[in-house]
Formats: sequence, C-alpha cells, structure tokens
Amino acid sequence: MSDKPEKTEQPRLSVFKTYKLYVGGKFPRSESGRVYEVTDAQGRWLANAPQSSRKDARDAVVAARKAFGGWAGATAYNRGQILYRVAEMLEGRRGQFAREVADAEGLSKSRAAAVVDATIDRWVWYAGWTDKIAQVVGGGNPVAGPYFNLSSPEPTGVVTVLAPQESSFLGLVSVVAPVIATGNTAVVIASERSPLPALSLGEVLATSDLPGGVVNVLSGRTAEIAAPLASHQDVNAIDLAGADEALAKELEIAAADNLKRVLRPQPVDDWAATPGIDRMTAFLETKTVWHPTGSLGASGSSY
Amino acid sequence: MASAFTSAFEYAPAPESRSVVDIAPSYGLFIDGEFTEAADGRVFKTVSPSTEEVLSEIAQAGEADVDRAVKAARRAFGAWSALPGAERAKYLFRIARIIQERSRELAVLETLDNGKPIRETRDADLPLVAAHFFYYAGWADKLDHAGFGSSPKPLGVAGQVIPWNFPLLMLAWKIAPALATGNTVVLKPAETTPLSALFFADVCRQAGLPRGVVNILPGYGDTGAALVAHPDVNKVAFTGSTAVGKAIAKTVAGTRKKLTLELGGKGANIVFDDAPIDQAVEGIVNGIFFNQGQVCCAGSRLLVQESIQEELLESLKRRLSTLRLGDPLDKNTDIGAINSEEQLTRITSLVEQGEAEGAERWSPACELPNAGYWFAPTLFTNVTQAHTVARDEIFGPVLSVLTFRTPDEAVAKANNTPYGLSAGVWTEKGSRILAVANKLRAGVVWSNTFNKFDPTSPFGGYKESGFGREGGRHGLEAYLDV
Repeated sequence: MSDKPEKTEQPRLSVFKTYKLYVGGKFPRSESGRVYEVTDAQGRWLANAPQSSRKDARDAVVAARKAFGGWAGATAYNRGQILYRVAEMLEGRRGQFAREVADAEGLSKSRAAAVVDATIDRWVWYAGWTDKIAQVVGGGNPVAGPYFNLSSPEPTGVVTVLAPQESSFLGLVSVVAPVIATGNTAVVIASERSPLPALSLGEVLATSDLPGGVVNVLSGRTAEIAAPLASHQDVNAIDLAGADEALAKELEIAAADNLKRVLRPQPVDDWAATPGIDRMTAFLETKTVWHPTGSLGASGSSY
Repeated sequence: MASAFTSAFEYAPAPESRSVVDIAPSYGLFIDGEFTEAADGRVFKTVSPSTEEVLSEIAQAGEADVDRAVKAARRAFGAWSALPGAERAKYLFRIARIIQERSRELAVLETLDNGKPIRETRDADLPLVAAHFFYYAGWADKLDHAGFGSSPKPLGVAGQVIPWNFPLLMLAWKIAPALATGNTVVLKPAETTPLSALFFADVCRQAGLPRGVVNILPGYGDTGAALVAHPDVNKVAFTGSTAVGKAIAKTVAGTRKKLTLELGGKGANIVFDDAPIDQAVEGIVNGIFFNQGQVCCAGSRLLVQESIQEELLESLKRRLSTLRLGDPLDKNTDIGAINSEEQLTRITSLVEQGEAEGAERWSPACELPNAGYWFAPTLFTNVTQAHTVARDEIFGPVLSVLTFRTPDEAVAKANNTPYGLSAGVWTEKGSRILAVANKLRAGVVWSNTFNKFDPTSPFGGYKESGFGREGGRHGLEAYLDV
C-alpha cells in the first residue's frame, strides 16, 4: 500500500445515466429492448432513451387503471399535498433539471433555470387546485321540485397525454399536472426529440408519495406509441397536445371507437403564462345526484 | 288493458280532443324564416304510431337544402350574436310564453306524431319544454357571470340532430342554450316525429324571431349526416344512438367543430333490502315504462338485493297488471304506442333473443290494439350479466331483473356496461346512498326517485353514453368558445 497516491492529470470520467421508462411506479426498460439516440440542440449525443413499444403502452394502461380507484378516491387535500410534494422534490434538483432542459431545448443556463422555476411553480399552482375545482365547477341545482340536487365533477379515468414536442419540461408538466390534480391517472408520451427531462421527472414522482401508476412516462416515437393508446378500449381520454395536425386527426378518429374525451391540440404561445382551468375540466365528468327532500310538516320553518 | 285486478274498476274512456290541433296535409322545410319545398322535391309521410294514420306529408331535406339552411344561419349569425343579451333573452322569454299558451295544442300534436300518452306530453314534455326556454332565456344577458370568462363568445352555426323519443323536449334542450349564447341553428328532427319541430317554426314566427336564426330540416339519417359534415357548421350536437354518435365523432375528427353527444344507456336501478318497497316499485315502473321505455336514461336493469327479490317482484308484477295500455290520447292511458314499426321490430327481436338465451319472460295480461305499433310491458328474470337483454340497449318497455348480495356487488354489476348515463339507488340509509352514488360511473344518479328532469340540472353521460352536459350552467359550455 503506497502512502503516496499516483498523481493523474486525467479528469474524472463521469457516470452516464441509463434513462428508463416510468411505469407502475417502477423503472423498466422498453420490453422491446429498443433505444434511440437523443441529442442536444447541437446534435451532440446525450443518451440512449428507451423506444417504447405497443406492449409498453398497454402495460402503462394496466398500471394506470390499477392506480385509478385509489387516486380518484383519495381526498382532494391528500392529492394537493402530494402535488406540492412534487414541487418540493423538484426544488432540490433544480440544478439537474436546468442542465437537462438546457441540453434538451438549447437554452442558456439562465433561461433553462427560469423554465425549471416556472415548472416547479406550476406544480404548486395545481396543488392548490385539487380541493377547489369541485367548488368552482360543481354546485347545487335549484330544481323545480322537492329534491336535493347536486352536481359534482369526477375524474374521467385513464388519460393518455401526448406531451408537447417543443417544451420538454414546462410544457410536459403543464399538461400532466391538471390531469392528475383532478384524480385521473395518466399515460404520458414524452417529447420525442427531448424525452430526458420527462424521464427524469419520473424519478422525482417516484419519491413524491405519488402512488405508482398514477403517472406513467413513456419515451419513443410519438406516433407509434400513441396509435395503440388512442384505440385502447380501457383509455377514457386523450390529450393531443403533442400531435401534429395529421396525427391528431388520425388519433381522434381512433378515439371515437369508445368515445374517448379528446382534447385537441391548442396553440400555446407561452407555456409560462398562468393556465386557465380548461385543461382540468377537459378530463372531468359531471355527476348529478338527485334525492327527495321530504317534508317535516305542512308549514315551513318560521326561523 | 284487461286483467283480473282492473276489471272491477274499469275506467270509462277519457279521450283528449284532437280538434285543438290543426295539422296541414303537407309541410315544407323551414329555412330563413320561410317554409319551402326541398330542392329536389322529395317528400316523406309521417304517421301516427297508434293508428298508422298518415298525419302529413313532409318535405325531405337533401344536401342542397342543408347548404341553403347553413347559409341562412350564417347570414343571421352576425346580427343575432351582436344583439345585446337582454334582447336575445326577451325573444327566448317570448318563445317560452307562446309554448305555454299553445301547450295543449302541442301536447296533442306530440302524442299524435310520437305515440306517447297525453298524460306524459301534457304533464312532462310540454312543461319542461317551456321551462327550458325560460331557464336559458335568463342566461342570455348573464353569460359573463357563468364562469366561462368575462366575455364568452358564441361558436357560430350549430348543427343539431335530435331523436324521436322526446321530439319537442330535445329541440328545447338544443335550441334554448344555443340561442341564449348567441349561436344560430339548423336542426334536423327525426323522420318519424317531424311535426312538433315544424310547429315550433310557427312559434318562432309568432315570437318575431329574426329570419335564419332557427332553421328546421326534416329528413332521414342522410340529412343529418350532411348537416354534421357541412364545412360551415361550427358546432355539432347530437342525441341518439351510440353507433351514430361514434360515426359523427369520426366525421368531425380533425376539424375545429365542437361536439357534444348524448347517446345510449343501460341504466341500473339498484334496490337494497331496506328500501321502501312501494315507492321503489313506483320508481322502477317510472324508470322503465315512462315513454314506453324509449328513454336513453331508462332504468332498464333492475338490480335487486337477493333477500327481497321475491317480495319486490310480486309487488312489481301486481303493479304492472294495473298499467293501462292503449289509445295515447286517452287521459287514463299509461303506456302508448311504440314510435315506429322499425323500433317495434328491434324490440321484438331483442326480446326473442332474450328468451332464446334462457331468460324468463313475463308480461301482465294485456290486449294490444289491432292497428299501430304496440309492445306489452315486459319483465325478464333469471337474467345474467352476459345476457343480451342485460347488455344491449333495447329502448322499449322491457326490464331485465338481476340480483346482488352486497353493495360492492351491486356497484360492480351496475358499472359493468360500456354505457354510463343514469342509475338509481333505493335505500333508507343515507350513508349508503352517498357511498353507492359516489362509486357509480353515471352522469345522473337518482336516489329514491327516478327519471326526474329539470332545466337547471346538468344531464349527460360517462363512457360510451357520450360527452358534454345539457341543462344547467354546464349546458352553456357546449355553445361557447371556451
């Protein structure tokens, strides 16, 4: 044993990360064994991302369906706590995500940091919505008869989300958070060219008390993964944010087979702007419950 | 209807006079404020399903007529949408009032053309039609308070296709919110029930509604398809079968047309062992025999807790034996005619399939009139979830009875359907009502009641029962750019 370590001029060799899918709370490789090359904005190699297959998509739906009952049935307060926890976990990894977003989107360090901050704040915004949306979009109906009649929003079920192609992190979270804030579960197809921030987000979600299966992240060829999801009979809705016009039409036709709720691609100029509630209401059903009120006597209360 | 139970208390005939309604031998299309022939001169006949009497000859709209009507609606849109909400409101209030004034005439007309009992058109359809126009009239000048932003905009021309089961009520559900929000409409009524929509055109004339704001195009499925596909239609609203709904969703895919669909159902009516049996029996009857069962939200699957099955079925059969089937214009009639020969054939074939699959069929002693389209109220017992009569929407007076032991089983069976429109829960236990209602995947849940409707109350389905809601504040969204 030498007491004088050998001096070396070589820099430390960094440890690459093997990016994996996030399905059912676990981190599998694609069952197809395929990967594809992900590069930065300059075309430099960043990583090999899993190239998901139809089977991966179907597995993700199974996981999302399994998680739906528990997540939809959780209290809105609890869902809010967990969404806020995601923000907490992200806050500690700002540096990592700023690097990943800078690489993915070719942004300067400071621009990427601002995007990550906005993304964290987006989680906080939706965390606050979970226990308020029912009060905003539900309510009592003054029917003309002796009935107590209440309309409440309920999650529609398993939602396939085609994440926006250009905004790999802020755009991604802007379409995923509203889906799960209201109690749906999601199968998310990451940006095809820039999937790495989405795959890393899976690691954050896994450590944020979010039950496994509530969010499932797939990477690969958007059109290839989306097709079986749009025609999947156990998917209740689809958000086409990341589809171009031709793909959106094709998927919308497939979605009609079991009358999925479809959110068509909406032009978004600025993902950083405060969202409205449309992305939440798009994936809510309204349930109206009637009950006779009866009567305690011939005359009403005199207060 | 003759039975041992009713014979001691026979009712004298109590026919409503049909002289209150004056049906012309022929009607045109209503386009741009005027009645007009179809471009290719085609016509079809509408018959009374209870007698097969030809009531009138109706112009049948083709593609050219659809184009003409959409153009008229587009021309009218600018001025109509620019009108202050308070002025639009007044037109709708006028329409509501005129409907009330003419409600007896319209009720008789609807009974003649549809076959449903006057008791229902008079006491359910027409009051609700007027109420819908009143309700949405009041929204027209309050849209900025409706929760859709500070100045929500109308969409433009709405193409609306409605079914034959509630011809005038479905028209009201479609036209009232469309006009209140500033859209103009082209509406296609069903081919078997076009008359009340054409009378509504006359109501619009009396109300002084600007020309082109409402256009009515009677026709068959191809007319509806042309309307849905017209490139200058901005919004499509459809009520009808799930199969047609899916075809429409495919037609509008890739366009900017906004779509709402109210489709089929296979509603579960769940009766627990602590339910008030007599009220539950009334609710079951109302749930499946109202409008001859031709209701998308009908409670067509009775789920009864095993321990009370015998008692409940006995009460139910006794009650069914008192239902009176016959002349829909008789004020004592409970069950009228099936809307069309085609529908009768469909019901008959599904019921035969039910028997062939081993379900047990029962009907009270029931004489059917010689002319017209009739089907006796029918119960199926020994039904399993796999049976066709437990899965397919029959859209007729046919109730399938299944049993369950635990609340979990009731919920699982109730939700075991691609549909999700309505459900009923009967129990004295409040916590059970709320727990079960929470778990049911259905847009409307009636507890200790069934088939109640109100313009303030949103209505619409989960899953393959369609999307969007009609009625209430929620119903505005379908006609606003939000």
